Amino acid sequence: MYARALTWWTILRICLEERLVYRGDFALGTLMRFLPIVTQIFLWAAVFAAVRAGEGGSDATIAGYHYQDFVAYYLLTMVSRAFSSMPGLASGIARQIREGEIKKYLIQPIDMISFMLLSRVAHKLVYYGVALGPFALVFFLLRSYFPGWPEPEIFLAFVASLIMSFLLGFFLEATIGMIGFWFLEVSSLLFVYMLFSFFFSGHMFPLDMLPQPWSTVVMLIPLQYLAYFPAAVFLGKITGDALVFGLLVQLGWLIAMIVACRLAYHFGTRRYSGYGG
Amino acid sequence: MHRPSYARVFLTFARNSLVRDMTFRSNFLIEMVTSMTWMLMNLGFYVLIFTYTDSIGAGTGWGQYQFFLFIATTMMINSLVQTFFMPNAEEFSELIRTGALDFALLKPIDTQFLISLQRVNWSSLGNFALALLLMGYSFTKLDYFPSAVQILLYIPYVLCGVTILYSLMITLAATSIWLGRNQSLYDFWFYITNFSRYPMEIYSGPFGTPLRLFFTFIIPVLVVVNVPARLLAMPLEAQNWWLAGFALAATALCLFASRRIFQSALGAYRSASS
Repeated sequence: MYARALTWWTILRICLEERLVYRGDFALGTLMRFLPIVTQIFLWAAVFAAVRAGEGGSDATIAGYHYQDFVAYYLLTMVSRAFSSMPGLASGIARQIREGEIKKYLIQPIDMISFMLLSRVAHKLVYYGVALGPFALVFFLLRSYFPGWPEPEIFLAFVASLIMSFLLGFFLEATIGMIGFWFLEVSSLLFVYMLFSFFFSGHMFPLDMLPQPWSTVVMLIPLQYLAYFPAAVFLGKITGDALVFGLLVQLGWLIAMIVACRLAYHFGTRRYSGYGG
Repeated sequence: MHRPSYARVFLTFARNSLVRDMTFRSNFLIEMVTSMTWMLMNLGFYVLIFTYTDSIGAGTGWGQYQFFLFIATTMMINSLVQTFFMPNAEEFSELIRTGALDFALLKPIDTQFLISLQRVNWSSLGNFALALLLMGYSFTKLDYFPSAVQILLYIPYVLCGVTILYSLMITLAATSIWLGRNQSLYDFWFYITNFSRYPMEIYSGPFGTPLRLFFTFIIPVLVVVNVPARLLAMPLEAQNWWLAGFALAATALCLFASRRIFQSALGAYRSASS
């Protein structure tokens, strides 16, 4: 037991150090990631200006969101994406399968999924360490757009849903990457997944803006937990029973994806025939 | 020395790329369909916005179908850039890293021409067709049709937009000679061109105005789409002439500057490996 914990600790430490090599690149990349949001915020400002001019009132809302809420929403989805996005995970797994690199996990006494999860945890920890500065700066500058700190239990729910969104993002992408055991070339499939997650995770717009039947459809798929759900919780859009229910559904999806990922790995390695050198 | 015929060389590149694309036909189709789906989903987002408002900004004239003309112009310019320049610029940093640029330098033809146009990505033209469709649809919804002068001017201004984006791209690509490799080239490109996607009127106020001035006069990505789109979607107005004139000057300057940057970057090339 102790030996095992030590192994995992060593892996985590190696991954942390590997990540820290590129810290300069990291910090710059983090600040740049706010740029697309800047254009998005200006777009909504223009839309609100038109709506206000039409209504003659100064307190316009769109789908229950004030202008300030839109700004806060976009910033909060940045936080949820910082937890749930897994750049290069699925494509990395598919590439390792195609090039035969995955063999090393089959002969070493190490579990591939746990190894990758730990390396992602390391990646994220370094990322938060470096990104905390830029994030704190942007949030501080735009603090007037937020409704204020939420109630402690709402904040706890927010943190819980963020942690689950990290795990959900990981197992979802890992499962998709393992489709590579069945089809060697999955890049177009990954592109389709990226398309859907771009629009239906909610980091392009708040999902509850959608008309029926779309709003029901996006609430039924797990992508909303990658960006929309944590942000909506923080803004107090989801409270009471709906909040508890939402968290339970997120947990349900997480368990389902863990099972799917394990099954895909189990059956995938059965079929795997070790291509590549 | 015999001067190569650039047009014939380019036609050969285009033909070879088409042959290559047609060899992997289903891949070609998938690429085309996925990039068109991406565009349609973006369009869906704008349709959603227009269920809540009837124009982008108060009194700017960008109503739903004027804005769709704007988007069609964006799609058109981007698809041209992606067809002719994007695959080459992405390849360029690889040429530097592996030292394969040596072979391009040895050929008796202008190096910038060679590395900019070697490969044509035909599948990106699907979005061009989509842009034309969107444009046609928008005109059926508007009770306004541009004059012959507007349409005649539209084409060169679209080409100006493509040229500005190309200059920016080749400048970014050239920096990979100095930096060794430039992995975030595509990211940077995405973040910068992101500012060209919306009407410039939305950048107003204490933060917006400096942004608008920066992306008009320093890195002129705002004129790329705005000038041709405004030309097509709205009646000609005397007050916009300076912008149209500026777009021409900006195009010429960008092309000139990027050529100079590329040349001096080539001077700093130290062949890797081999």
